Amino acid sequence: MKRRLLLAGFVAALAAKAPPLHAADLVVGPHAPYATIAQALTAARRGDRVVITAGLYREATLVVRTPHITIEGRDWPVLDGESLRTVLIIAADSVTVRGLVLEHTGVSNLDDRAGIRAEDVRGCIIEHNRLRDNLFGIYIQRSADCIVRDNEVEAHGASQTTSGNGIHMWYSPGTRVERNRVSGQRDGIYFEFSPGGVTTDNVSEHSQRYGLHFMFSDSCRYERNVFRDNTSGVAVMYSRGVVISHNRFERAWGSGAYGLLLKEILGAEIRGNTFSHNSIGLYLEGAVRMKVSDNDFVQNGWAAKVLANADENQFTGNRFSGNAFDVGTNSRTATSTFDGNWWDAYRGYDLNRDGIGDVPFHPVRLFALIVEKHPAALVLLRSPLVAVLDAAERVLPVLTPEALVDHHPQMRPRP
Amino acid sequence: MKIVLLVLEAGLRDLTRNRWIVAYGLCFLLLAEGLFWFGGTGPQVALSLLNIVLMIVPLVALVFGTIHMYASREFVELLLAQPVPRPQLFAGLFLGLALPLSGAFAVGAGIPFAWHAGAGTGGGALLALFTAGIALSVAFSAIATWIALSTEDRLKGVGLSLGVWLASTIVYDGLVLAAAAAFADYPLEKPLLGLMLANPVDLARMLVLTQLDVSALMGYTGALFERTFGTGLGTSIAVATLAAWCAVPLALAARRFQRRDF
Repeated sequence: MKRRLLLAGFVAALAAKAPPLHAADLVVGPHAPYATIAQALTAARRGDRVVITAGLYREATLVVRTPHITIEGRDWPVLDGESLRTVLIIAADSVTVRGLVLEHTGVSNLDDRAGIRAEDVRGCIIEHNRLRDNLFGIYIQRSADCIVRDNEVEAHGASQTTSGNGIHMWYSPGTRVERNRVSGQRDGIYFEFSPGGVTTDNVSEHSQRYGLHFMFSDSCRYERNVFRDNTSGVAVMYSRGVVISHNRFERAWGSGAYGLLLKEILGAEIRGNTFSHNSIGLYLEGAVRMKVSDNDFVQNGWAAKVLANADENQFTGNRFSGNAFDVGTNSRTATSTFDGNWWDAYRGYDLNRDGIGDVPFHPVRLFALIVEKHPAALVLLRSPLVAVLDAAERVLPVLTPEALVDHHPQMRPRP
Repeated sequence: MKIVLLVLEAGLRDLTRNRWIVAYGLCFLLLAEGLFWFGGTGPQVALSLLNIVLMIVPLVALVFGTIHMYASREFVELLLAQPVPRPQLFAGLFLGLALPLSGAFAVGAGIPFAWHAGAGTGGGALLALFTAGIALSVAFSAIATWIALSTEDRLKGVGLSLGVWLASTIVYDGLVLAAAAAFADYPLEKPLLGLMLANPVDLARMLVLTQLDVSALMGYTGALFERTFGTGLGTSIAVATLAAWCAVPLALAARRFQRRDF
């Protein structure tokens, strides 16, 4: 008996690994074999494909329980939640969903309704869908190694409290989020307790709160994404080993808005990004041992704010241009280092013509320190007095805050 | 009216003859064009130009204005010997100073912006910059006229002008900064805004900044300034106060001219 059980288990395991024997297409539509999606999902076997033809489908929340099936829309069928419910739940492994329009989940304070929700599964693929006017767009929960790509997620939530996140990962390690466009959600892309994710080539804009928000998600990579016009910019917290490279952080304007806010982050790499037109480009609070290299800081209020509790961060090869303040800090002593950056405010010379300025550059101007200490002094921004202070700093280096120095300022910006 | 125009014409001829005013206009032209030349975008050029406007316009208006008024003294005495109404004579005299000064600034700085079609500067920002420059020209011309009419001694008059310039561009802001540091424990934002209204140079700066350099002003403190000066009402208040800064010294100078025994 025991042996037979073992054998059955072995066969079941083999079946799980084995490729599907034959795949059938189950076509759903008004004149198709299956009138409702729910019928087709019940009938679908492993490896089958459920093809939904164009039309408007109003059905109770659809739950996919068969593993290894593909749900594919033909000519953009519309699945409507009628402002009442979650539209589609993936509850089986290796399910692919593509080509659907999912809309109108409605707002609920009791459950996190979503256009597509994946629950406790592995390896789902959600691609080329359009999600419109949902509380949450795509919600991946306790699932591993899912791929979310080429989706368009759009909402017009009136406020933070009545809108959810565009692409939401919760306890879901190894998720890949690629080439999606998200706009008007609360947080465009959200990771919590989801390590090892890769987020590339997305555009996240006009969020009610953050374009990208992640917490407690170690070893994630964020590359070539564009975050713009988000109410509070981008915030990442409590994570280690994160790589953020070649993204654009644009137009985060306001008193609590940051191009990129890093809080309690350990050893991240911030490389090749562009920060432009933000109130504060890069904000480091309790961020330790960050490598900030080859970024462009253009036309921000403060290009970078490095608080006293942000230790041993290295800024190299960055370009600072047209910022009202290059670097702000709340301390005269700091352990972060600046080396080999290009500063448009640098007025030094280069006698031996090695491309490196002979005079060190102090990116924290006296006025920046004063403003940090007495915020009201900001009324004097661009006053002739400040120009005089700057000139005095050059003549009398004693005035200059010693905290942060670039000993090798570049004479030319990197091409 | 005819007399105003006559005196104005005489003043203009006098000014163009000594070429100062042309050099002054050319200076703005070269500066603005030079900033474009060195790869500045419109907003960057406008910002750099703002710094120059805040320093140079009051300086030139004050010093040049005082000297010009002292120089026209004999001309005024000659005309006063004729049956000429004083208010008209004063109007011609003042316009003969203020018009060329603001004109030279507007034309000099305006040509490069027109040539580059604004180069990405917002219409509001340009309007604010030129309003600020012209208002500063007029206000400090009026102050210069008042100083020249109130002080008999030329050296003293010019010295006083320099003093006013230093006080309004640098010393005043220094005191504001000291106040901000000294009373740091109090909510200072609103009193400081009030102090900004009391100085035409600061007023002009805030007017332009809220249109131009908003990124830095969007922070916690800046937002208040932005909201105060950046809104329609705030901008109206700023412009009205700036107008008062032109009108009040002008009225004082006119009264002085009316009563003065030449």
